[in-house]
Amino acid sequence: MTEHLLRLDGVGVRFGGLKAVDGVSLAVRPGERRAIIGPNGAGKTTLFNAITGVVRATSGRVTVEGRDVTRAAPHRRAAFGIGRTFQITNLFPTLTVHQNMEIALRGLSGRKFSFFGSAVLSDEEHAAAERALGLTRLSGRSRALVRELSYGEQRQLEMAMALATAPRLLLLDEPAAGLSPAERVIVADVIRSLPATITIVLIEHDMDLVLSLVDWVTCLSNGRFLAEGAPGEIRQNRDVQDVYLGRARPHA
Amino acid sequence: MTAPLASTLPPLERNLPRGRTLGWLAALAVALVGLPLVLPGYQVSIAAQILIFSVLAMSIDVLAGFAGRTPLCHGAIFGASTYVVIYWTTTLGGSLWAGALLGILAATALAALFALLAIRTSGVYFLLLTLALGMIVWGVCLRWTSVTGGENGLRGAGRPAFLADHVSFYYAVLAVVAPVTFAIWRFVHSPFGMTLRGIRDSESRMRALGYNVPLHLFLAFTISGAFAGVAGALYAVFNDFVSPSTVQLSQSVAGLLMAITGGIGTLLGAFVGAACIILLENVVSLFTARWPTVLGLAFILIMIFAPEGIVGRARLALARRR
Repeated sequence: MTEHLLRLDGVGVRFGGLKAVDGVSLAVRPGERRAIIGPNGAGKTTLFNAITGVVRATSGRVTVEGRDVTRAAPHRRAAFGIGRTFQITNLFPTLTVHQNMEIALRGLSGRKFSFFGSAVLSDEEHAAAERALGLTRLSGRSRALVRELSYGEQRQLEMAMALATAPRLLLLDEPAAGLSPAERVIVADVIRSLPATITIVLIEHDMDLVLSLVDWVTCLSNGRFLAEGAPGEIRQNRDVQDVYLGRARPHA
Repeated sequence: MTAPLASTLPPLERNLPRGRTLGWLAALAVALVGLPLVLPGYQVSIAAQILIFSVLAMSIDVLAGFAGRTPLCHGAIFGASTYVVIYWTTTLGGSLWAGALLGILAATALAALFALLAIRTSGVYFLLLTLALGMIVWGVCLRWTSVTGGENGLRGAGRPAFLADHVSFYYAVLAVVAPVTFAIWRFVHSPFGMTLRGIRDSESRMRALGYNVPLHLFLAFTISGAFAGVAGALYAVFNDFVSPSTVQLSQSVAGLLMAITGGIGTLLGAFVGAACIILLENVVSLFTARWPTVLGLAFILIMIFAPEGIVGRARLALARRR
């Protein structure tokens, strides 16, 4: 079944007695834009962690491009073409934007083991860094210290770093979390402008934002699969409305 | 306090134009080469001691300042090299060159072993685990009397004739320390050195980018142990005597204090820190035997008033002036 870029078969993640993710299956086609939605505690981020290897699935199977990665370490999965951003900004704050990109670029290259060589970017690396910064509208900011960037710029750098190594699967964990409406528009434009060679799975709470960006939506609730469909269908879906808005209890 | 002694300094690359850095380095080189011409003999020997301990402090700064892991075992790694050099040249009657090489190899191997055990931890746990590992080395040196001479230690074979006087020894040390310093400088500014700073700032991000974090920490620890071994081998020739006090905890602490005094994450601050601590020790010892008390007080004052160290403080002031 290699026509799917990412495939989850009954993936479960259990923390002691808590089933954070419980038997979730889904399949994402190459080039697809997929959203994973669900209320707080639905298991969205845990599912991301099971895909990227931060936590291991305690049951089920994770397959990327036909390769079973269920047990692979996170850095191996990165080498298989999985890139991600973090819900809580996770950068190298004491370094410059340029240095952050330098580290991001070399994650998958042998040059990371150059012990006494020069750290100056090669022309190829420089072009890749500029491309990723351009895509995320950070051109011209490379000499800034990351902790001196605005929060919005830090969110953009989150994406630039994930894009640096040209991943085939990009997982965006609430890319617009905490942003102003104006900054959200920038993030949405950035996501729209990403090339179709990158398959994108994103978690987002802002329904209007997410439904305008993706082709297909998976809704989770309490760690379980709840519904799946095109954005228009999901908007009308009774179950989804119930978990988001609450349901009148029949016996109340 | 579980936070590492991580540097929050602005990266040097942003602050100094290249030409000016080279100018300063040239001035420093002239000063170091000219030093014996103006100093009396005994003080030249102190200068040599400062250079040797600067290398130890730099090896500690590689981990503490760049990888964000503060070690308390580098005194033991340093001293293990000293023991091997002296044992090789006296008890086994081997040559100094082979001895120095074996000392550095022994320190590297010991560091690799410590690294396997310590890299899974961070923060205060890393500090305590490395402290315990260093204590084991001290215990072995104290008890394994047939090899180490126990508390009596081992007397060296004496310096080779060409290193006998203070000035020629100083130049020999300088001839080793200068290229080693350049190597460590290249190391922390290499692509690999940059990965250590990434690990210091965010391990989870490094993993997501494809880095095998434990492997990088293992290599950094082992290489830093090799540098500590170079310092230990030089110290064997300098001191011509080794005893358990060379590998004891206070040696690791002194090395760390030198790195902190100069400025964690500044690398070359190690020279300033080593100079301050060794000069202070020599001055204070003229007046009182309570050197550890004075050292402790000095450390408290530095942590309160200049936690970024002397060079770190200077660099911040420079950055602010622009």
